[in-house]
Amino acid sequence: MEMINIKINGMPYSVPNGITILEAARYAGIEIPTLCYLKKINEIGACRICMVEVKGARSLVSACVFPVNEGMEILTNSERVRSSRKTTLELILSTHNRKCLSCVRSGNCELQKLCKEYGVDNEGRFDGVLPEFNFDDSMAHMVRDNSKCILCRRCVAACDNQGISVIGANARGFDTCITSPFERKIQEYSCISCGQCIVSCPTGALYEKDSIADVLAAINDPEKYVVVQTAPAVRAALGEEFGYEIGTNVEGKMVTALRRLGFDKVFDTNFAADLTIMEESQELIERITNGGKLPMITSCSPGWIRYCEFYYPEQLDHLSTCKSPQQMFGATLKTWYAEKMGIDPKKIVSVSVMPCTAKKFEIGRDDQNAAGVADVDYSITTRELARMIKGAGINFNILPEESFDSPLGEGSGAAVIFGATGGVMEAALRTAVEKITGKTLDSVDFAEVRGMEGVKEATYAVGDLQVKVAVASGTANAKTLMEQVKNGTSEYQFIEIMGCPGGCINGGGQPIVDATTRNFEDFKAKRASALYTSDANNANRKSHENEAIKRVYSEFFGEPGSHKAHSILHTSYVKRKLYNN
Amino acid sequence: MLKKISKIPFKGTPEQEAQLRAVIEECKDDKSMLMHVMQQAQAIYGYLPFEVQTMIADGMNIPLEKVYGVSTFYAQFALSPKGEYNISVCLGTACYVKGAQELIDRICENLGIGAGECTDDGKFSVEACRCIGACGLAPVLTVNDEVYGKLVADDIDGILAKYKA
Repeated sequence: MEMINIKINGMPYSVPNGITILEAARYAGIEIPTLCYLKKINEIGACRICMVEVKGARSLVSACVFPVNEGMEILTNSERVRSSRKTTLELILSTHNRKCLSCVRSGNCELQKLCKEYGVDNEGRFDGVLPEFNFDDSMAHMVRDNSKCILCRRCVAACDNQGISVIGANARGFDTCITSPFERKIQEYSCISCGQCIVSCPTGALYEKDSIADVLAAINDPEKYVVVQTAPAVRAALGEEFGYEIGTNVEGKMVTALRRLGFDKVFDTNFAADLTIMEESQELIERITNGGKLPMITSCSPGWIRYCEFYYPEQLDHLSTCKSPQQMFGATLKTWYAEKMGIDPKKIVSVSVMPCTAKKFEIGRDDQNAAGVADVDYSITTRELARMIKGAGINFNILPEESFDSPLGEGSGAAVIFGATGGVMEAALRTAVEKITGKTLDSVDFAEVRGMEGVKEATYAVGDLQVKVAVASGTANAKTLMEQVKNGTSEYQFIEIMGCPGGCINGGGQPIVDATTRNFEDFKAKRASALYTSDANNANRKSHENEAIKRVYSEFFGEPGSHKAHSILHTSYVKRKLYNN
Repeated sequence: MLKKISKIPFKGTPEQEAQLRAVIEECKDDKSMLMHVMQQAQAIYGYLPFEVQTMIADGMNIPLEKVYGVSTFYAQFALSPKGEYNISVCLGTACYVKGAQELIDRICENLGIGAGECTDDGKFSVEACRCIGACGLAPVLTVNDEVYGKLVADDIDGILAKYKA
């Protein structure tokens, strides 16, 4: 790497050629503030917060997109820079709904943080005419309140990055607003509910629809039996809301907190992830041996399912018919568990904690009511759980660590890695290979399908079979594989697709990572490593060796793929159109 | 200014659609031709309603939002159709200081529509335009190709009555 010499605030540094001033400043231990910049996603230099002084330049330059060059002298903290940044903030505030006290992002709003740091003491300095603000709560999972929008376009870039583009900057000048085409509600278009826009937003303009009040009402109702399940990725990120390092697994404290919140049973979606593997690997084996539709594609991610329904409606028969783990859990809870415990399924309130916003949509899909009532009644995000814990005055950090309830709280190591891209594939391989060959695997690690790359592929010799598999995360990457499926050129037997880049650990319902951290740390890999560590430390790392799973089959479902399993654990899909929904 | 989106039902003909599809067919492999296709579409239909923009989006394999974003950014694109009689009121400097705003206000009041809109029967549309080079006649407006100059607001009802008949 070619190094060049620059000066930052008078101090000499040697930095790689070609990097931006923003990146170079990191070498000097200086964080330049940003509002619009998201590395590799939104590099447009629009918000003018990252302005710095460069010796010899006529005006201030935006550090996020301006490359360093030999001999450059940069001032990041001059009076001119600070005054420019403060004025920019005051101008942004002139059209900003400053109802901060009750804002869901109060405390982790990037605009609020900068206003404090730059000493903005007159929020109304440039108050004047306000544009018309769009408000859109048409989707099941989210709300857009443009009165808090600062037009940074991160959400637009996140949506483009997913290959969806149902929102954009429309009109111009003072009237510019982030809306959907023809000022119609976003629900009329092909939004897949992934929530990547929400986790990209620096302010409170985008947020999930909150179900906390409903969940608390259920808990407070003595007639109701309130059961909670938590997805694997939640434990890898919840700690961030309480000051833990990214990648800290807080499973034990989370379980304790849920119990103290008053849930009657605290169960684990991991149980249902193992159940999914049993059904899905059976389905795969059947498709391979009976000449069924291949490649078979996973169906755990409701954002991905919506993407497939909107963009590849003719390829829906490639999808596994398995319900997602969330729904399998709810279905098993309200059938087997209810029967076993003698509880009327109508009295059970099934709550899920998910890293996902699309799950809020999924619970309302047709054919997700195995016991005649909804499999899952409320799906809340990791962020909502954190707010519930804080709202209940529970001091999360000093909680003891407890274990999930039995039997629906038992999960294998294979289940916990569902939260990272490649995890479902690896879990399925562990079970499918042993089933097909009848031999015990020497090593259960399928490292080729791990990691944060958008598309991964591998070939495994399974007995006499060569099994070719692929893994994609993020729907734009899914498109690469789906075009092959559509054209009939796909060479794979089995494909795993997750809607969000990196998988559920980077879901739209996860704690929001501020832009500075996102730009300079691989937070996705850190969260994923928490799950892989948990897998490695698990005494049982295979779904089919989960004792609770063995029981649920012997007592209730019979065999994987049985008629009963089909009616309770499988589902169907619908063709959707891009417009006029 | 925010563009008004017409609620008048789309009345495109199969001939118009065939023309637009031919333009798209020629340009679909080059996304940078989007503006050109939109200009051609506007020449064919007079404006770019939802039905036309979705045709462009699908044909060019560009998300509808990208097409719509362009159509709202550039002043040249209209989201409402032109009426049988399109009234253009000059809001250039000379006309403006001579009271052109009162003319456009009176027209909108008479027809019950806003600038950039079209009446429900498709008969009249109103738009504000820049200097048309007839400052000697200020304030001036045109109805299709007919020019009316040295107007006062009270002239408006009479002019419109001619076309309403």
